[in-house]
Amino acid sequence: MNEKQAIAHVLHVLEHYLPSQAPLKDFIHHNTLHAFQDLPFHQGLKAAQELFGYQTYAPLSFYRERYREGQISESILDRVLGQEAQSGLKNDLINRTFDETTIPIVGSLRSNWKVQLGFDLDTRVHPILFRLVSSYLDQGISIWKFPIDGGDFLSAIRVLEQEGFSSLFNGKRARQLLLNPTLTLQDLLQILTGNQIYTEAYLLDQQFAHPGYSGMVLQVEKNPQALIQPRPISIEQLMFLECLLEIDALDRHFNQRWNTLHDFELATYTFDKHQLTSNQIFGFKAIWQEAYEWTFYDQVLAGLQYKAPFCDGQYQAQGIFCIDDRECSLRRHIESLHPSFATFGTPGHFNIEAYFQPEGASQRTKICPAPVKPTHLILEKSIGTKRNAELHFSAQTYGLVFGWILTHTYGFWSALKLALAIFKPAMNKMAVASTHHMHKASHLSVWSEGQMTPDGLQIGFTIDEMTKVVSSLLKSIGLTSDFAPLVYMIAHGSSSSNNTHYAGYDCGACSGRPGSVNARAFAYMANHPTVRQQLRILGIDIAAHTQFVPVLHDTCRDEFSFYDLDQVPVSSIDQVASDRSFFKKALEANAVERSRRFITIGAQKSKAALHQQVKLRSVSLFEPRPELNHANNALCIVGRRSFSRDLFLDRRAFLNSYDFSQDPEGLSLEGILNAVAPVCGGINLEYYFSRVDNQQLGAGTKLPHNVMGLLGVANGIDGDLRTGLPSQMIEVHDPYRLLVVVEQVPQVVSAAIQRNPSTFEWFNHEWIRLVAFDPAEKAFYVWQNDGFLPYEVQQSGLPKVNDILSSLAGYSANFPVIELQNQAS
Amino acid sequence: MSTISFIHAYLGLPLLAFFASLLLKKRQESALSILSYSTAGLQLVLVLIYGYFWLRDGSNPTQFKELSVYSSDNYEFFIDFLVDKLTLVFAFLGASLSFLITIYSRYYLHREEGYKRFFNTILFFNLGYTLIIFSGNMETLFIGWEILGVSSFLLIAFYRERMLPVKNALKVFSVYRIGDIGIILAMWLLHHLWHANVTFMEMNANVNMNHHLSNATGIGLLIAFLFYISAAAKSAQLPFSSWLPRAMEGPTPSSAIFYGSMSVHIGAFLMLRTMHFWDQQEVFKYFLIAAGLLTALIASAISRVQSSIKSQIAYASIAQIGLIFVEIAFGWENLALTHILGNAFLRTYQLLISPSIVSHKIREQQYQPEELQGAKTKSTFWSRFQMRIYLLNLKEWNLDLLLYRTIWNPLKRIGRGWKILNFQYVFWVMAIVLIIGVVLRLNEAQLSAQLLHQLPFFFAFWGFLIAVKAFTERDSVRKSLTLIMFNHISISLALSFNEHFDNTHHVWYLSGIVLSWAIGYFLLTRMRRTEWISLDNFYGHIYEYPKTGFVFLLVCLGLSGFPITPSFVGEDLIFSHIHLSQVGLAFFTAFSLVINGLATMRIYTRVFLGPHIKTYHQIAKRSS
Repeated sequence: MNEKQAIAHVLHVLEHYLPSQAPLKDFIHHNTLHAFQDLPFHQGLKAAQELFGYQTYAPLSFYRERYREGQISESILDRVLGQEAQSGLKNDLINRTFDETTIPIVGSLRSNWKVQLGFDLDTRVHPILFRLVSSYLDQGISIWKFPIDGGDFLSAIRVLEQEGFSSLFNGKRARQLLLNPTLTLQDLLQILTGNQIYTEAYLLDQQFAHPGYSGMVLQVEKNPQALIQPRPISIEQLMFLECLLEIDALDRHFNQRWNTLHDFELATYTFDKHQLTSNQIFGFKAIWQEAYEWTFYDQVLAGLQYKAPFCDGQYQAQGIFCIDDRECSLRRHIESLHPSFATFGTPGHFNIEAYFQPEGASQRTKICPAPVKPTHLILEKSIGTKRNAELHFSAQTYGLVFGWILTHTYGFWSALKLALAIFKPAMNKMAVASTHHMHKASHLSVWSEGQMTPDGLQIGFTIDEMTKVVSSLLKSIGLTSDFAPLVYMIAHGSSSSNNTHYAGYDCGACSGRPGSVNARAFAYMANHPTVRQQLRILGIDIAAHTQFVPVLHDTCRDEFSFYDLDQVPVSSIDQVASDRSFFKKALEANAVERSRRFITIGAQKSKAALHQQVKLRSVSLFEPRPELNHANNALCIVGRRSFSRDLFLDRRAFLNSYDFSQDPEGLSLEGILNAVAPVCGGINLEYYFSRVDNQQLGAGTKLPHNVMGLLGVANGIDGDLRTGLPSQMIEVHDPYRLLVVVEQVPQVVSAAIQRNPSTFEWFNHEWIRLVAFDPAEKAFYVWQNDGFLPYEVQQSGLPKVNDILSSLAGYSANFPVIELQNQAS
Repeated sequence: MSTISFIHAYLGLPLLAFFASLLLKKRQESALSILSYSTAGLQLVLVLIYGYFWLRDGSNPTQFKELSVYSSDNYEFFIDFLVDKLTLVFAFLGASLSFLITIYSRYYLHREEGYKRFFNTILFFNLGYTLIIFSGNMETLFIGWEILGVSSFLLIAFYRERMLPVKNALKVFSVYRIGDIGIILAMWLLHHLWHANVTFMEMNANVNMNHHLSNATGIGLLIAFLFYISAAAKSAQLPFSSWLPRAMEGPTPSSAIFYGSMSVHIGAFLMLRTMHFWDQQEVFKYFLIAAGLLTALIASAISRVQSSIKSQIAYASIAQIGLIFVEIAFGWENLALTHILGNAFLRTYQLLISPSIVSHKIREQQYQPEELQGAKTKSTFWSRFQMRIYLLNLKEWNLDLLLYRTIWNPLKRIGRGWKILNFQYVFWVMAIVLIIGVVLRLNEAQLSAQLLHQLPFFFAFWGFLIAVKAFTERDSVRKSLTLIMFNHISISLALSFNEHFDNTHHVWYLSGIVLSWAIGYFLLTRMRRTEWISLDNFYGHIYEYPKTGFVFLLVCLGLSGFPITPSFVGEDLIFSHIHLSQVGLAFFTAFSLVINGLATMRIYTRVFLGPHIKTYHQIAKRSS
């Protein structure tokens, strides 16, 4: 491999293995180790740990403790062990002491600066490098912008170096190198390493020493429009500058006389995830992880198998929710309070693939899943709303003269605001409110009049497009007849305060935005008379009196906002009013159920008081956990509601409605699983990896986080950007892989997943576990080794309770799967 | 309410609460936080009630002597308190912010690993702060000053399993130690000027002072500059400014309260407290105005290029404190006090809400298209000038580098010259030199007067070299620890040649040192049986040895003369035996004490803090 190829290979590796986290405003969940997905799960985890030193499993002590406590069942462990259950292996698993030390391959070459020369290069280079990159990419914190003159990162640095009063470097050599236009990265590497055999390993070591900034630069390079203010930069430029800074630091420290790595005749490595050691510990942890997961999965499957059958009847109202696991408990409460209310689940963008542009805004936001490239735009038209800026963030407070005046005056006002924020938290200008996404009284341009934006987006949807959106959604969830007079489209969003990761709290299917626009747009389409005519032709007959009503569920506050109520026909107005009052009760019950995980909330209070305290979390500056998001997600159930209704799944399940009888070919199923795998699988694995290695794959505790350039967070001022989820989001999460249970004949499921190779990879490499429930046979099949194998449930019975809330009172730990008894109507 | 009972209550609260908090268990979150905020809350009530009566009764300053720790014929070490307007304003500031922030932290830190440690340290900090603002003499102030330094170190290194907080904690601690030189030497000079340990009331009384300074204006000026060094270090003024943004490593509320408000204004407090001592010194006043203005200009320029929210607030705060120093120089006490309050409240609040900036600014940008052109501005003289100094601001005017080059690098060079000596060898050289020293001391009568005159300086310098060696040792931990003890013995020996004084002074001085060393040596020896320890890296052994780590921290404090052993009084005692003419002796003694303190904290940091050397569990990247 010559040097050019080596660099190309480095770029290829970097592109795949660096964290692919977007700037904070577009936070989207994804599989942290997506680059290893072409390997089976356990091999991928092993490779990641050996290459990068990530902890990819929980420590042995974690599994052993759960084994002792019965959370890993012995019979399941025996089943995972198979024929080896009686061998010494089991004893080793439970008792033998192992050294769990990991020594990563990446980083091993460059560590020689410290080992051989006794010089800690990174501590010299990183602070100034991070500072330059962060100032360059900065989206609005600094008052004096990085002086860029239309060029890219390096050309801006060159201008600064030439024109500035001070040099970036200590020595002359680095300065001359920078200003020499013909110099390439290879030349710099030659100076540093002395031999091109080190190129690949050196650059990988260098970039993975600060994956946060490298990853961000790569994201901006690949996706420049992710930044509101454009900043052309590339990972190669970053490496170039870093090499220069390294040469300069070495020159200064050793007075220009230092040995290159070549002089020490060091061994190097080639990056290859297929060449692995035979470290026994990984095999052990894989067995434990399987036993840990199957102990839980078995409980769920037992629940699905043993629960009393549920018969669908006539419904007074229907609600279509987001697939999101946070809606799982709310749907349960609604159903238990209102037995003739049917609920459905589907990804919360409701099939609307579009950009959204609020009134007065210059920017568009995507409101559909991140990989989709929409061709439609929805505009908000509303009476202008004034938005006033918060003086505490204004540049004036940092100035000398204004700062002097402001500290003397406004400073005292701050003390008062602080006291109020602590003793009387209330909605304020700084909080993120789910309802701010769109003005409540605005008009949305859903129907297309054929207008196009200059850059080629169609404003709104044509009748045919609308029909397609509505029909394919209704078909996929199996709601094609028996429409109730009211169908609520319940999108969700979240409110929080002082929260840098706010985008990760909203609807993932809407690219980290609240789904209110989508709900309104869908309701508009489904209520449209011409669309309904066309739907009738397609066999979906929506009665004239049926009205779709858009709603936004605030998952943090447990509140509903209703939209377009003025369009509800007179005949249903009373019903809407009565529905609202029972929604309120259901939301209250949901808040109470959630509150059990927040230990700081007392359990003795009344439901209303508890709900009030839950609401306060969204506006309290001092609350690092406004809500617990997707923590504990572990399941995705694709089937009719009757398949899982009346089961208590402890807010762990993504619920996607699907009627196998309407989809014998598995076409709708294919669409559902194509979305479930990356969206739910992405959320699940991001939680998994942030949980098992919160330091390297997660963001660590959020309490010391410092906002860098509005792009990301770092610890202190000299730290690397932190990717993944902060510890406050994952600390109660159980690291289970997602189990997808599909209510459909295994052959159909098998065909459906194999039609899309990337979806198939998720299941076939077991990054997501898949179980099919054959509705006729009433038997489970688990996907394993390229095919479905029958699965026999081990648990023999299913516990039942009458009142779930009182059973949960004062109980903050995980709760087993149980059947709720008083529900069946 | 009498002043005495007010002070006793106000000071007793954090003292009792601190010890009570040590006894609580890790998981007793509620008890820990209630203890902390009720302490601050009661302090707030006390200061409001006392303040009301104090205003009503004529606003007179009250001073009284609390207790005499040690006294001999011509020396007395006593704790002394003073309450006046300055005290009460700072007490109000501290109590109100502590109260609010501890309530804030009660929820914010919920389930955090170091919950207990956090509240322990906050209470300890409160104690140090209270001692400083109520101190009636330099000795009392210095006790608080030291407590503040150590608790700051602990708060910055709160996330002790990562490298950057630990490195920065040590960095800030080293700047604080430089500041301590100012206080130590000022104490020494004041002692000689008054021939006794002086109180602030005496010091500030003009009549008295003119009498003392009449023959020694140069000394007065020197003392004033020493005050400035201490104040500038604590308040992040030039040339020390770069530590403040680096102190923002702990949980946001602790950064907000300590580095946004309480800790960073303590330098201004020192200048206000000693104001009447130096306000006759025109030269110093001009200097103070210039230094304040320069700090204000440079810090405000640096703050403008910061792309991280916390460093932006930190530099903006430094700039305002620069202006506060100017106001103090002009003698505008009331203006300075309101400025301090306003700046403290504003920065605390700004830091607390700093995470909100993302959603707020992103939203703002969505609706403000003209902002987009921010990057391209018309070329004017001002914009070109901004561009030219942009890099300089980004590099923080090389302030960090400056400290490194002027202070730490030369020390390292001295230390490296000694590298050839191995442990046993140094030990024997030391033992021989000490024996020679003792023999000489016993046979003093035979020595020539000239030699006797040289010996104190020789041993002090010898001690200084040993301290440097201890500080730059890269390998053996026990060697470094032992050298630190040897340094103290050297100093003791040096001064025994200087003046004939009671041997109990040496006992006071060395008792705590030797005991601490012995315990520390034992702990390290025991650890070495199972662990690899050295000074070439951060080892993070606290992960497996939290208890040993805690005891070793106490050992380090004892070894560096922290006010937990009699050695603290001993240090002051020893200094009283250095004559006013022996500036070199005083300097080397003070400097070795400072380096000693750094060397001990360095040992603690390297052995116990930072990323754990064993990688069987989650370890943060060094860069994070």
